Amino acid sequence: MNHLLALLKENARISLEDAARQLARSPEDIAEEMDRLEQQGVIRAYQAVVNEEKLDETSVTAVIEVQVQPEREGGFDHIAARLSRYPEVISMYLMSGQYDLMLFVEGSDLRTVASFVSEKLSSISGVTGTATHFRLKTYKHHGVLMEFAHESERLQVSP
Amino acid sequence: MNPNDSKSLLNRLSTNVSDLPRSGIRDFFDVVSQMKDVISLGVGEPDFSTPWHVREGAIYSLEQGQTGYTSNLGMPKLRNSISSYVEKFFGVSYNPDREILVTVGVSEALDLAIRALCNPGDEVIYHEPCYVSYRPLIQLAHAVPVLLETDASDGFKVTAEKLRPLITDKTKVLMLNFPTNPTGGGLTAQEVKDIAKLAVEKDLIVITDEIYAELTYDREHLSVAAMPGMKERTIFLHGFSKALAMTGWRIGYACAPHELTEAMMKIHQYTMLCAPVMSQQAAFEALKNPEEDIAVMKESYWRRRNFLHAAFLEMGLPCGMPEGAFYMFPQIAELGITAKEFALGLLESEKVAAVPGTAFGACGEGHLRCCYATSMEQLETAVQRMHRYVDGHRK
Repeated sequence: MNHLLALLKENARISLEDAARQLARSPEDIAEEMDRLEQQGVIRAYQAVVNEEKLDETSVTAVIEVQVQPEREGGFDHIAARLSRYPEVISMYLMSGQYDLMLFVEGSDLRTVASFVSEKLSSISGVTGTATHFRLKTYKHHGVLMEFAHESERLQVSP
Repeated sequence: MNPNDSKSLLNRLSTNVSDLPRSGIRDFFDVVSQMKDVISLGVGEPDFSTPWHVREGAIYSLEQGQTGYTSNLGMPKLRNSISSYVEKFFGVSYNPDREILVTVGVSEALDLAIRALCNPGDEVIYHEPCYVSYRPLIQLAHAVPVLLETDASDGFKVTAEKLRPLITDKTKVLMLNFPTNPTGGGLTAQEVKDIAKLAVEKDLIVITDEIYAELTYDREHLSVAAMPGMKERTIFLHGFSKALAMTGWRIGYACAPHELTEAMMKIHQYTMLCAPVMSQQAAFEALKNPEEDIAVMKESYWRRRNFLHAAFLEMGLPCGMPEGAFYMFPQIAELGITAKEFALGLLESEKVAAVPGTAFGACGEGHLRCCYATSMEQLETAVQRMHRYVDGHRK
């Protein structure tokens, strides 16, 4: 991968100066490439990875497998575009295998998610079946472990 | 003899051992270990843990009860993997049944190589600043260390031109380590070729310690073993510690013509029997897909190298861009204090540990070895503190 993208995927908050030092380039050069990547739509957003379990507020996340009838024109993309507009849908992928679309849906509680499935999702024409799985616990998200890994003790000086 | 009289015990030591100086690293370690909350740039190992699939492979082998001795040479499947890897990465082909010996780290392999080759009085050329064990190992083998001092003016290079005047009719071995600990120095293809030519011309055996080979940043690494006429006179040493973050497993290997691995194996079988089976299993697992693991860590070292290099230049300390390994060797001589004074002062006033260059040979005076295999956050803090310390010495 592009050196700058690899760096930003690890730490999107890095300053231009630090990024420039680490990649042996100038800050202006880094700023220019970031602008370009944003304009090209390569970089879509900069977000924080949050351990939700540390928060007092509760929310529920479900993975929903959705079977759809692809349309003659547009295949899956048309119905996928409609589904992805719902703010409850936080991630969505077209999958190979038993079902077609995988949705990550977030709601304040079980009932909210259930009603999204029964009232909104199932009633969309083209959706032929759903299977809903609730998330119980997050161990790792976007490559980040949710618990601090045990640090091994290194010697302070070694040859 | 009074057994409580430590002096009399000292008198009984082998003079070969009692004459060996204590490692400068140990001295410094003793000071650092007394202090708390130190940011250390003094560690010669990766800050990554061994890749998970490698650890998992070792755990699985333990679950399977694989806890016995292995062949003295090392497990056949591991030697096969090593053979393929060395051929692919270094372009030299070694027979896994006859030309590869698995050892307890490159440290053991170095000791075996020197002991297998040297008679008392044989001369061994090595270059400083270098890893702390080179000179002592030559001395322990009753051979004569012949020192080639390198310096910052040309990136701590060893060249055929510098070597030629050191070669006598007693010179048997030339030891090379590129990229170099502690300087990060590297060689160009032409420089490697010229050294190889000289070794052939003067009929030298070359021991090449390639432990940092994969961590070469700005060009392809080239091993002297791959040069024409060299395989038959080279002991190629490599291991898993640095590029695969496996220091504590103590696992390395030697590749050489059969006569040489056989001689090294004789010492190895009587002193070590075999490398630990668990580490051999881990090494086997590590060689299943090493490129991916290495690429991730290398990218991270590369960024930190760039960062630290820029930081030293901002401090106004002259510092060449290291070509490999994970060390930087900035010059502090212009501040008018010795490397040891600088390092001790930095430790006491700013709680940053970096090793005085003199720990790696007298010609390391005026330099500091800073290892950048530590987190960016730690590096950033260390750099701020060093900057303050350096500014304080300029007033």
